[in-house]
Amino acid sequence: MQFMLLFSRQGKLRLQKWYVPLSDKERKKISRDLVQTILARKPKMCSFLEWRDLKIVYKRYASLYFCCAVEDQDNELITLEIIHRYVELLDKYFGSVCELDIIFNFEKAYFILDEFLLGGEAQETSKKNVLKAIEQADLLQEVRLHTDP
Amino acid sequence: MPAVSKGDGMRGLAVFISDIRNCKSKEAEIKRINKELANIRSKFKGDKALDGYSKKKYVCKLLFIFLLGHDIDFGHMEAVNLLSSNKYTEKQIGYLFISVLVNSNSELIRLINNAIKNDLSSRNPTFMCLALHCIANVGSREMAEAFAGEIPRILVAGDTMDSVKQSAALCLLRLYKASPDLVLMGEWTSRVVHLLNDQHMGVVTAAISLITCLSSKNPDEFKTCVSLAVSRLSRIVSSASTDLQDYTYYFVPAPWLSCKLLRLLQCYPPPEDGAVKGRLVECLETILNKAQEPPKSKKVQHSNAKNAILFEAISLIIHYDSEPNLLVRACNQLGQFLQHRETNLRYLALESMCTLASSEFSHEAVKTHIETVINALKTERDVSVRQRAADLLYAMCDRSNAKQIVAEMLSYLETADYSIREEMVLKVAILAEKYAVDYSWYVDTILNLIRIAGDYVSEEVWYRVIQIVINRDDVQGYAAKTVFEALQAPACHENMVKVGGYILGEFGNLIAGDPRSSPLVQFNLLHSKFHLCSVPTRALLLSAYIKFINLFPETKATIQEVLRSDSQIRNSDVELQQRAVEYLKLSSIASTDVLATVLEEMPPFPERESSILAKLKKKKGPGAVSVELEDGKERGELNGGGDRGGDAAIAASNASTPSPSADLLGLRSAAPVSGATPSAGSLLVDVFSEAGPAATSAGVNDDGFLRFVCKNNGVLFENQLLQIGIKSEYRQNLGRMYLFYGNKTSVQFVSFNTTVSYEIKSRILNVQTKTVEPLVEGGAQVQQVINIECLTDFIDAPLLNIKFRYGGALQNISLKLPVTINKFFQPTEMAAADFFQRWKQLSQPQQEAQKIFKASHGMDTEVLKAKLLGLGTALLENVDPNPENYVCAGVIQTKAQQVGCLLRLEPNAQAQMYRLTLRSSKDTVSQRVCDLLAEQF
Repeated sequence: MQFMLLFSRQGKLRLQKWYVPLSDKERKKISRDLVQTILARKPKMCSFLEWRDLKIVYKRYASLYFCCAVEDQDNELITLEIIHRYVELLDKYFGSVCELDIIFNFEKAYFILDEFLLGGEAQETSKKNVLKAIEQADLLQEVRLHTDP
Repeated sequence: MPAVSKGDGMRGLAVFISDIRNCKSKEAEIKRINKELANIRSKFKGDKALDGYSKKKYVCKLLFIFLLGHDIDFGHMEAVNLLSSNKYTEKQIGYLFISVLVNSNSELIRLINNAIKNDLSSRNPTFMCLALHCIANVGSREMAEAFAGEIPRILVAGDTMDSVKQSAALCLLRLYKASPDLVLMGEWTSRVVHLLNDQHMGVVTAAISLITCLSSKNPDEFKTCVSLAVSRLSRIVSSASTDLQDYTYYFVPAPWLSCKLLRLLQCYPPPEDGAVKGRLVECLETILNKAQEPPKSKKVQHSNAKNAILFEAISLIIHYDSEPNLLVRACNQLGQFLQHRETNLRYLALESMCTLASSEFSHEAVKTHIETVINALKTERDVSVRQRAADLLYAMCDRSNAKQIVAEMLSYLETADYSIREEMVLKVAILAEKYAVDYSWYVDTILNLIRIAGDYVSEEVWYRVIQIVINRDDVQGYAAKTVFEALQAPACHENMVKVGGYILGEFGNLIAGDPRSSPLVQFNLLHSKFHLCSVPTRALLLSAYIKFINLFPETKATIQEVLRSDSQIRNSDVELQQRAVEYLKLSSIASTDVLATVLEEMPPFPERESSILAKLKKKKGPGAVSVELEDGKERGELNGGGDRGGDAAIAASNASTPSPSADLLGLRSAAPVSGATPSAGSLLVDVFSEAGPAATSAGVNDDGFLRFVCKNNGVLFENQLLQIGIKSEYRQNLGRMYLFYGNKTSVQFVSFNTTVSYEIKSRILNVQTKTVEPLVEGGAQVQQVINIECLTDFIDAPLLNIKFRYGGALQNISLKLPVTINKFFQPTEMAAADFFQRWKQLSQPQQEAQKIFKASHGMDTEVLKAKLLGLGTALLENVDPNPENYVCAGVIQTKAQQVGCLLRLEPNAQAQMYRLTLRSSKDTVSQRVCDLLAEQF
């Protein structure tokens, strides 16, 4: 996977994760182009489209669009389920996730994503294991750690 | 999840985010952000040391501001400080900031790397994972330099926790993708491959991405992964849906891992070990079988996961392309999906079938779905699905269904989405050319294209129809008639005027016999469009007019009148004015003979890859759509994918840079050398067709050679850089050949050197060449003369080798010089009685050579006659009792001897076959002439 974008129906970017080196300018251009392209599509249309030399896989959940760019040989359907699993993880963590959760706790959304996908590939597909890792981290929150364990 | 675990109480951050959300305008937002930035800056600069919590809060605010799309130019140091915090959440925010906002500040990188190093050696798995995530997110070269050695060790160490292994595998993958030279697997290879056997499914899932990437780059070193992958896959495929616990997704066991395993196997050919292969085929069959089972859940996630595996399995089956049974089953499965109610599945089925269409085993099976696909093209509501349908129609097209598919695509074009019209036009043009049985259908199709979608018909397409009409004498009359009719339409597209002007200028004479399309009618029709056209089209029309003067002397006065008018001869456009002046002058001072030579019919274009195909490849990128596009892949890469079209276009425009005399000169040498009238000089360059310099091979080109058996002048060779024209004359056993080397670029060729070699030891041909100057300026042409003496009859032709440097790269081209034994024919006229007497005298079996072959061009009488005359023999009328047959006679003149030669050609129009018989006093001559001539029809 080359990147993942989350944006609202108003076109506001809520999360962006880039797995290939791109300049800030390129990232902005890509986000703008894609948000525009996808928002222009009608609800019943297919979830995949060719875009430059990439395949775009996207799905809308309530007010949020989740959009992944994968390479030519990558599997569209499994990417669609990557999106779904990420939504499930957010949902479980926040308890019925909504756009506001992701806005106000954006750093958590990034942490969960890092546990699930790393370098653009699935790291751990078990929902239990991902949530366990996040839970452990949360428990460490206010516990003082010794620099020398 | 307990509520406490959510936000960790950064109230200030929540307030700030609320403030931003409450901003009514962009200006208000910027104002609020600037206020916040000033606040944070003052806090960071303040005398009072900040506590960890405040630092974390401010760094997090900066991150939020950056993610909103604003620039952040401070705070990095504070974030780095957080990395060494002993509070986990502070460390985590520090890493997140670095991952998102890293820059190549070397001082900072050193500090970051130090912190990462500490965490990696902390033996605290949570910290180690954080550090690995950061490396994977940044993936910079500096990080690869610092950690590429350490991470493999962590990955394979026996005591590493599973979660750390997972992060290490993907972290290494990211570093390998960014800096493959820094990641040395060597000693770790086998232990990494064996991660496929790991008990923890998560470890396998992460490791397989790394292994797939490494395998695709070094297949041999990783080939042991094949049998491991097959057995892992087999275990998953045969497991019950509950066996894998949390790795089962909506009743589908380990869909991600299954897809990745199937993907890994696509890096390799089918397993050689029979047992492994058997097991794999069994897996693939099971996957295909499962597709037919009723779903275990109505949820779309269930069917998506299941079908993701199915599509990946089909990809593998197509990749192997060796199991007809599986290929056909795959095709049937996709056929079911073509009518599925899920748009996504229809889309993927169309896409996947495209690749199936290129397999010999499944091509026919794919073709059975033609009606469904045509229906999809007509009725799908989503343009991306219609696009896939068009791609599939293109891929499944062959001779049997070309007419239907082209017709459907044409009718679709009338309503097609603007975004895909140009590509559709290219595809129709390619299919029409590729599967044209009779070229009148081809001409009709292209003219229809121009009529329906004229704006989307690129230059390549209309250049190509002209090239083909010029090269195919059997279609010229039809083309002239058809464009004439098309031009009658009151509003016709400018591209139609271009094609019409060009074709009537060349072949208008073929329809001039009909009073409805008499020369003057043709001219008036063309000229009625003139004023509505752009400058390049007008320039082309002016060239057509001067060609008319040559073709039809009776139009001279009218056309001169037009050229003389102020709107032409004083036109403000310099190109038009120049043409008008020159053509007017040319038509008034040149004798009819000179005019006829200068304005001679265009010589055939060198046969080569269609320029439109090249354009489609360029448009779609490598590996797109279908078979022929596949082989374009390598060429594309050889070319470096660069924009060579640009070079050629510049070269072409240089070539036509107007200077009053140059244009006329260009015209005079047009026939043999540049192969273009002035109008075509800048237009008919086949911009995209040849591979660039890097692809110039030293291989010898036979095609060019065979085209010159029956003619002496034309273009022998052409690529992006160089064009070689040839003009030759023969008398008795002597020949003289002029070679014209034209530099098509704007850059000079240096160390230009040509040699003619003749490899046969015995003295058969005596070839003398003069050396050429080693420097050929951009746009310039140099000439070389070669004298040839034929000592005795021969088969092999001399080789011409050309070497030069272009922009530093050495170019090396080898060509066969078109010197063939028939060039030394002297025609011999004789009466029927003499012919048959000699025919009988040459009745020994070895004196006769005979070939029966299929016609590869049209069987037009005039064309056949022209070719036989071009061979150098005399064409004897009224000799053969069957008037359909042709007989010829000639004597081959060599220094050693004269060889009398008789020829009979019997066409069978019904069967589209010929029988060719040669008799001569020397067996080698009969055979050679027979071989050469059989290639000409």
